[in-house]
Amino acid sequence: MNQERFDLLVSQATARLTGDEVLLASIEGEETDFVRFNGGRIRQAGSVEQSMLSLELIVGGRHARTSVQMGAIDDDQHRVDLALAALRDQLPTLPEDPYLLFNTAVTSSDQVTPSALPTPTDALERIRTAAGDDDLVGIYTAGATSRGFANSLGQRNWFETSTFNFDWTFYLHGDKAAKNLYAGFAWDDDQFAARVDWSRRQLDALARTPIDLAPGAHRTYLTPSAIAEVMGLLSWQSFSIRAHRTKQTALLRMIDGDARLHPELSITENTAEGVAPNFQEQGFLRPDEIALITAGAYADTLVSPRSAREYGVETNGAAAGEYPDSLAIAAGAIPSAGVLEALGTGLYVGNLWYTNFSDRPACRVTGMTRFATFWVEDGEIVAPVNVLRFDDTVFNIFGEQLAGLTDQAEVLLDSESYGQRSNASLRSPGALVNELRYTL
Amino acid sequence: MESLVRTDPVTLEDRLRAALPAGVDDASVRLVDERGEWLTVRQGQLEPASSHADLGAMFTVWAAGGLGYAATNDLSVEGLRRAAERAEAWARSTAGALVVATPPRSDAVGGYESPVESPWNDLSTADRIDLLHRQSAALRVDDRIVAWSARLSRREVDVLLLTQAGGRIEQRFRYLHPGLSATASDGHRVQSRSHGAGAFCGQGGLEVLDRFGFGDAAARVGEQAIELLAAENCPSGPMDIVLAPDQMILQIHESIGHPLELDRILGDERNYAGTSFVDLDMFGSYRYGSPLLNVTFDPTVPGQLASYGFDDDGTPATREYLIRDGVLERPLGGMVSQSRAGVDGVANSRACSWNRPPIDRMANLNVEPGDSSFAELIESVESGVYMETNTSWSIDDSRNKFQFSCEYGRRITDGELGEVVRNPSYRGISATFWRNLTGVGAPETVLAMGTPNCGKGELNQVINTGHASPTCRFSGVDVFGADE
Repeated sequence: MNQERFDLLVSQATARLTGDEVLLASIEGEETDFVRFNGGRIRQAGSVEQSMLSLELIVGGRHARTSVQMGAIDDDQHRVDLALAALRDQLPTLPEDPYLLFNTAVTSSDQVTPSALPTPTDALERIRTAAGDDDLVGIYTAGATSRGFANSLGQRNWFETSTFNFDWTFYLHGDKAAKNLYAGFAWDDDQFAARVDWSRRQLDALARTPIDLAPGAHRTYLTPSAIAEVMGLLSWQSFSIRAHRTKQTALLRMIDGDARLHPELSITENTAEGVAPNFQEQGFLRPDEIALITAGAYADTLVSPRSAREYGVETNGAAAGEYPDSLAIAAGAIPSAGVLEALGTGLYVGNLWYTNFSDRPACRVTGMTRFATFWVEDGEIVAPVNVLRFDDTVFNIFGEQLAGLTDQAEVLLDSESYGQRSNASLRSPGALVNELRYTL
Repeated sequence: MESLVRTDPVTLEDRLRAALPAGVDDASVRLVDERGEWLTVRQGQLEPASSHADLGAMFTVWAAGGLGYAATNDLSVEGLRRAAERAEAWARSTAGALVVATPPRSDAVGGYESPVESPWNDLSTADRIDLLHRQSAALRVDDRIVAWSARLSRREVDVLLLTQAGGRIEQRFRYLHPGLSATASDGHRVQSRSHGAGAFCGQGGLEVLDRFGFGDAAARVGEQAIELLAAENCPSGPMDIVLAPDQMILQIHESIGHPLELDRILGDERNYAGTSFVDLDMFGSYRYGSPLLNVTFDPTVPGQLASYGFDDDGTPATREYLIRDGVLERPLGGMVSQSRAGVDGVANSRACSWNRPPIDRMANLNVEPGDSSFAELIESVESGVYMETNTSWSIDDSRNKFQFSCEYGRRITDGELGEVVRNPSYRGISATFWRNLTGVGAPETVLAMGTPNCGKGELNQVINTGHASPTCRFSGVDVFGADE
């Protein structure tokens, strides 16, 4: 669905409101091509076009929300009428909501990035050429995504971008593999070639005889991709004001106790440098940046409009789930080109996998090493390491035991596509940890 | 919300069939019409009531040795034609480059309908909200309960599969998902307890609430959250464990279900969900577990979360043994994977919705009951821990090294259940863990539950899976608790 159609649809719906009805509308749409690979060949390929419209009807203190999949343009009015009728039926059965809050100051915005994507055929050809006879497995997705907000008060926000995301792994044998990600707005052959070359060099190291490392504490370098796995877990409630106020945040010991992270660690929700829209479903705009952790200390939380009303604070434009979309971790001082030298002797962890809280109130996290993970001695790769389970607290990993962060942060566009393609991203440096606890 | 399907002179089914392309090797179209509602009362307040209605179709076309998909929400004659053409174009563009596979041609005609005794609308919206308010209030047994909520949602999914070979399969699914949770804090510790951690769900109507004792559970959930605050930390060391069905489901799901998925064994998931420690040579001979271990793939269990009549390739669903007397017999693989691997599988090619292609999924994967009473399972434990309700799960990408934590545990000493312990956790290796299965509960210990949030696939998909299990006992497991 394009901006013009969304505007028209909301304007027509607004014209059919009665009395003191207020309407909030959001749209999430995409046109996606996908090609899935296994063994350097194509496993599945196709296209998806979808566009989910959400309508929230408000009358006084009562409100309800429904989402409807849009379809042929001729069906727009019918589907909006169905949705409005369902909401009008439901509203009288609902109590007044003391926590209802929506934006009444009209703050319209447009953010449209013109498409510079290669055709699917071109991208496919470049990938297959690069893969050669290697065992390549992964997925290429590309296409336009759009997000919109509008209300019956006249506010209009539109966000539209076209991105590609090639998330792939070269396999050597068994579980020995090098994972990589190439994503962005316009394909650059040199950048892609550099990433392919980096993966192939990792395969050379992975060809050595792997070793089993005994459980224990090891000096460890975590790449930005490995850190992304931990941050993905922390994003689940840890920065939410609702989770903080109800003792459910994993960072509780930073709020109620004296736990601190390393002074070098600062984390923000950096909407300005991310690839997500800067508005949310009640029409509030997000600030360019929200400090979440500053110099190792708890700073601020993500506050949805509902929590703002419940806890008597200002909203900062968070969505209802109060999760970050555009986390950014400030870079440190370790030269990125010299991480092996900085590591000295220890583990180089290319990726982590399947993290979960093993003790949430203690912010203790467990998970597995995956893909390119090496034992390093005196700054030289010795051998790949068979998968290891770690189980340690974030306060150790990014606090007491953090030796430092690299001087360059990498931007990782989220390749997840549950329901729809993600607009989330992470900007992260690598991290050197003096001792990380491995258990199995 | 009601269905978005309109009543037109030319029915949607006629338009779908007319759009199937001719002159190709095989083609099908799958229409998914879904509606859902959610209600949550959190800390005495109704959260915003929400609902959804989704509708779309996916074409699958095999042509010239290639395969293509196209999913569209535009169900007009023109929209369907464009989608069918796009799927055919993808098929032709992948010809010669495709992972070798055979189309899962189906001419099956049939249907399936979830058994519903008490329809959702038997309870008015106001009554549903009132029910949740009562449960929410019952959860707060003490001022130390700092977060609590009662939830209820339903989903209706109608799926119509039409195939070029003349197949027509119509399935109507009705799901109910209740939930209760409470978090307690005394200023020093925080402990959470739930009613089955979201696993107490199934197909059916409001009778699903009674199936899992939803109406009587809230006070117990709140009381146990308080009880856990004062509980000792779970002991550490190798010992016996007895796992309740609502922990067994995750153990089954992660360390039997996923490693037996044939698409993982064939490498499709290696970039994302992972591979498997199981290989094709193991089927028919590999000792997966002790002789007490019997595991079935069974989409025919009435009311279980992932029951169906046909998978999304149109293959009729039947009950099959995957592991019998501890020995591995067959993988979880649909027709396409079976043709690639040259082994027999099951009807488990499934998609989460119209906008995703089918891949190998679990459906209902059940541990068959044994003959031990709950008392007998406990009696033979000299020193161990009984654990209920999964709260944390993690496993490596080959589905071997795992670690799980539960909400609630009780010490077992000299064959008797003793004091409550908090943060009961254990870790192990799939390839050896099931060989230490030393006791399997009798049918009266079985619960048939579901995991409604299984993520897998590229594009990513979340799908319903079902697991039924008796209470089970394992020996010599590495057990541990929380950080002090």
